[in-house]
Amino acid sequence: MFQKKQKPQSGIPTASLPDIIFLLLFFFMVTTVIKRSQGIPILTPAAEQTKKLESKRHLAYIWADEMSNISIDDKLIPASAMSSISNIIRQKLDADNQLIVSMKIDKRAKMSLVTDIQEQLRDAYAVRVNYSTRFLTNE
Amino acid sequence: MLVEKKKKRGAAIPQASLADIAFLLLIFFLVTTTMDTDKGIHMVLPERGGEVKINPQNIAKILVNEAGLILFDGKQVEDGELRELLSTRLKERGYDADGNPKLIVSIKTDRETSYERYINVLDAVKGSGATKISIAEPDKE
Repeated sequence: MFQKKQKPQSGIPTASLPDIIFLLLFFFMVTTVIKRSQGIPILTPAAEQTKKLESKRHLAYIWADEMSNISIDDKLIPASAMSSISNIIRQKLDADNQLIVSMKIDKRAKMSLVTDIQEQLRDAYAVRVNYSTRFLTNE
Repeated sequence: MLVEKKKKRGAAIPQASLADIAFLLLIFFLVTTTMDTDKGIHMVLPERGGEVKINPQNIAKILVNEAGLILFDGKQVEDGELRELLSTRLKERGYDADGNPKLIVSIKTDRETSYERYINVLDAVKGSGATKISIAEPDKE
């Protein structure tokens, strides 16, 4: 008549916990991108109006230092081959029409260099650019 | 002769701490993962061709010389001053009747101006709230 009440089992099964954690671990290991240094060493200028870019997917980089060394995709571009920049950027723009060109230019560089690069970008119809700067901290 | 029974040793790996080890690794990767986002000042360069006539009343001209000195409306100004002057100018006649921006800020530099000064000026202009910014090509010497 009096049946023993069956107690529902309480407690979280922990046997599969290591598996779950390992899964998470592998996920993070796979998605972690180890930053490969690229470009040439430059000193970026500081600006108060520095904004973060939403995504890196549509970015192409142009590096330039104060000695007028220009580098795109880890390849140095000699000053005589300045006009090849527009071809390179044009090809990138064809592959991705939302391209933003990020200009990583040394703060000691002269505007003549910046203008020459910009003229190349205009030739390639790559008008959306980003001047790479860092946040200004003046305390 | 007494033959002792050989004791069997336990050959299992303790698995109780496996989760802890995995957690430790997980937290290590979580901490060391850097999402390095790019940052900077966004600009849109003028497209080739197609010159548009603009009422000179709607242009605020900024000139920067090779020493980094700023000339705004025929007067030499400092960075901070430039920002103040521009924001008052924008308030006074920066927008048309519909509230659309009409004042164009034009920045022109010398070919010898340093890039840092150019960014300083651009920073001040952006800081004043100007949205229509035009970069003029320096004169060829």
